[in-house]
Amino acid sequence: MIGALDKKVLRDLRRLWPQVLAIGLVMACGVMTLLMASGSYRSLRETQLVYYDQYRFADVFAKVVRAPNVLLPQMREIAGVAAVEGRISTGAILEMEGMSEPASGVAVSLPAGADASVNKLYVREGRLPQAHSTNEVAIDHRFAVAHGLRMGDHFSAIIHGRRVTLEVTGLVLSPEFIYAIGPSDLVPDARRFGVLFLSHHALEGLVDLEGAFNDAAIRLSRGACVPCVMRQVDLLLRDYGGTGAFGRTDQTSHAFLDSELTQLEGMARILPPVFLLVAAYLVNMILSRMIALEREQIGLLKACGYTSWQVAGHYAKLVLAIALLGSLLGSVAGNWVGRGLTQMYSAYFSFPFLVFKQSPDLYVLAIGVCSGAALAGAGRAIFKAAQLPPAVAMRAPVPERFRGVLSLRAKQGGLSKLSVMGLRHLLHHPVRAAMTMVGIAFAASLAVTALSMVGSLDYMVELALYRAERADARLQLVEDQRGDVLHEIARLPAVRKVEAYRNEPVVYRANGKVKRGSITGKPLGAQLSRTLGVDKLPMALPAAGLILPTRLAGFLGVVPGQLVEVAFTRFGGRTRELRVAGVSSSFVGIAGVMRLDALHRAVGEGERLNDVAVMADPLALDALYSEIKQTPGLGGIALQSLSRRKFRANMDQNMGTMISAYFLVAMIVAFGVVYNSFRIQLSERGRELASLRVLGFSSAEVFQVMLVEMGVIVVLSLPLGWLLGFGFAAMVVKGIESDLFALPLVVNADAYAYAALVIIASSLLCGGVIWRRVARLDLIATLKARE
Amino acid sequence: MAHALFQTQDLTKTYTSNNVEVHALRGVSLELFSGELTVLLGPSGSGKSTFLNILGGLDTPSAGSVCFDGAEIAGYSERQLTRYRRERVGFVFQFYNLIPSLNAYENVALVTEISKEPMDPAEALALVGLEKRARHFPAEMSGGEQQRVAIARAIAKRPQVLLCDEPTGALDSRTGALVLEALQRTNRELGTTTVVITHNASIRELANRVFTFKDGQVGSAEINKAPKQAGEVTW
Repeated sequence: MIGALDKKVLRDLRRLWPQVLAIGLVMACGVMTLLMASGSYRSLRETQLVYYDQYRFADVFAKVVRAPNVLLPQMREIAGVAAVEGRISTGAILEMEGMSEPASGVAVSLPAGADASVNKLYVREGRLPQAHSTNEVAIDHRFAVAHGLRMGDHFSAIIHGRRVTLEVTGLVLSPEFIYAIGPSDLVPDARRFGVLFLSHHALEGLVDLEGAFNDAAIRLSRGACVPCVMRQVDLLLRDYGGTGAFGRTDQTSHAFLDSELTQLEGMARILPPVFLLVAAYLVNMILSRMIALEREQIGLLKACGYTSWQVAGHYAKLVLAIALLGSLLGSVAGNWVGRGLTQMYSAYFSFPFLVFKQSPDLYVLAIGVCSGAALAGAGRAIFKAAQLPPAVAMRAPVPERFRGVLSLRAKQGGLSKLSVMGLRHLLHHPVRAAMTMVGIAFAASLAVTALSMVGSLDYMVELALYRAERADARLQLVEDQRGDVLHEIARLPAVRKVEAYRNEPVVYRANGKVKRGSITGKPLGAQLSRTLGVDKLPMALPAAGLILPTRLAGFLGVVPGQLVEVAFTRFGGRTRELRVAGVSSSFVGIAGVMRLDALHRAVGEGERLNDVAVMADPLALDALYSEIKQTPGLGGIALQSLSRRKFRANMDQNMGTMISAYFLVAMIVAFGVVYNSFRIQLSERGRELASLRVLGFSSAEVFQVMLVEMGVIVVLSLPLGWLLGFGFAAMVVKGIESDLFALPLVVNADAYAYAALVIIASSLLCGGVIWRRVARLDLIATLKARE
Repeated sequence: MAHALFQTQDLTKTYTSNNVEVHALRGVSLELFSGELTVLLGPSGSGKSTFLNILGGLDTPSAGSVCFDGAEIAGYSERQLTRYRRERVGFVFQFYNLIPSLNAYENVALVTEISKEPMDPAEALALVGLEKRARHFPAEMSGGEQQRVAIARAIAKRPQVLLCDEPTGALDSRTGALVLEALQRTNRELGTTTVVITHNASIRELANRVFTFKDGQVGSAEINKAPKQAGEVTW
């Protein structure tokens, strides 16, 4: 049996349904972001941990030119090392049916016999290549799907300059390549990049590494000292061309996955509280008004013998019902969007399974924080209701006291009386006006943030892929070459321009900071790969000295003129002190740049080139591609023009979804705030507005009074929203920044304009709804009622 | 002889609420004469407020006709009614209905700004004896003062008719007398046709003409040859 007061709660909810729904939706946005971000984060993190653990993902990695297998037992002896696999890994060019351009890939060897003790493969279909096979290959599942490859299919690959025909025996996934990205690519493209797993026997023959390995994957025992192991490994591999051991943080796949997860976690922490804050304010607004209107009822209840607690409890129930509605809506939406997001991630990140971590605690937390926010918002109003002595409650409230602000201006004829009414009402509730402004500003900031991502990515692409890197293809050479390699490549069909560079993996050290990276040597006046200065314009490379990307210089704490210690890892860690000659804008990777001749001098091993940039005739690309597939000596290829297109397509799709989602949420928040403000205004001023109608003002003129107040609030909230949006965008850009990737902070004028448009459109929509109420004002009933 | 400013013929108003028909007016036919002060008496629910609201263009009749100065207003559209209220009618209500965010002067100016040949707001305030309270906000004035501002606001546009619904209902007798005095004075000095609804039978003595309503009909009509002055009446 429902008590009379509870019936009142239900009827109040029904009566106030549009406002209740508006608040519920804002709360739901908070719960949705919490569940979506936290839920996806937990599921993905759990999936990552389980996958890493079950498939023995390595903790330390080391590349070496050629190390004899006899070193492996010594590595296993190092304290803290649980297992070591000595593998061969090398770049490959793949000839795929139905694709004129070559695909590129990585070929990795599998241990003979038993399961790999490190980086075990998940066999999705088929089997792994047999230990003594020379032409069997297990391929990355995504690559197989992209090319429709089945067990028993064949394709050709150029590995270490040698062409082989391989037979697919299995489709696999590897914890090492959860995020598999090709050279020069910004996003994974399963069609153009594949991972191949061959028997050790097959690869050692192809790469001329009999009895040796060039890649060690090391798994540590729990609690092992990672830097200590890395030092020991470096010592062991130093004489064999070791390029320096590195941990998971420098492993591409892991680093991408981790940075994505960190962003999700950040989103879960920042966004939900802001939504809930706005919702709390809205609850405060409607409850305060409701209690003001129900003074007499409160007085009556108390006169009848209800306690203050019962009265407070009654209003608390109403508020909790709103919170429950918000949590429910948010939970359903959050669960749905969260699954969608997790699935979207699994398109980028290849997991053999997804551990959907059910998080009942998150739902409990959602209901808890929603209720908390609602009660916090309602606290003051409820307290006032409970405190109201019955005799006072039964009396009409004292009329509001207005001050004579704006009298002078009004007298001078600058403003109509209707505008003065609107403005005075606004100034009469400055805190409320300010809070409403903040709520709308928050909505605007969401739109600005979403659009700034487009601006930032666009600008990044413009800088990195058009202004700096202008080649159509980058060719990696299997072995270092001298300058005459240029002539050979220039003879290839369709080639218009060729430049050769030198890429050296290095370890930077300065001010106690250490960072793995690389240095690219570029010839004087390089045009296909330009270095951009901080002004984003191409800079001339100095005859000596090193140009560092601003992120790297910042990390190392060096400025132009200072020295950085550079260890060339391909040359036994040969160390040089190089002077920083300048800083550059670079958003992808952390590569320093030098003049080619200066780099040759610094390393001291004569002229060695390993990277060639090509600009080609776009109409004759097929001829170039087919020639490249036949060219020995190429270890890998990056087709930058295709990378650009792929990135652009990817961005358009993902950004479109993201912007729609942000805009929808911004509209919900703006609508919720504006609608509730209008309704409160209408409730407080119904009598006043009806009086105006009686005095002969038209509905439109009467509505103008409300519009003036709301219009001022909306207009003032926009700059605040822009500012907040800029701040959020800066936070997002900072959150995305990693060694792999950084974004310039770009907030274009159109981001501000569209954000304003979203807010104004939502406000006008609200205005339309409210306008109908104003037009339908019951003049007689309103005027007859005692205030 | 004054001409009939309002003429109603078989005026009927029926409300339907929760499928129950309520007959607020059941065929009211009467005439209100230009320049006169008319009092409508009657108990609650007798239909006098409904009648006044229809005269003022706040409500429309279900049947019958209402002629104002020769024009049939019963069929006016919303826009025409707004214009009618704006140009012809002044209202005074029991609860004053002043705009709290505007001071006395501005409350009056609110109306004069949209009128064709209004009087100066200060002049209107002077007519009700409130010239010294012009800069005060409603919250700073007594009930009687607020009601007098409401009268000043109503007469400032020089309406042809002033409709007052229980103007002294919320006031004590001394303050009520001041309000009635203001009404009588504007009626006399400006010649505004004034209709006052009241429960208070003593007020009938101020009127030129008195109609008593009962069950949605006019029960009786009387003409008062020698109306008293507001100061002479007590209740």
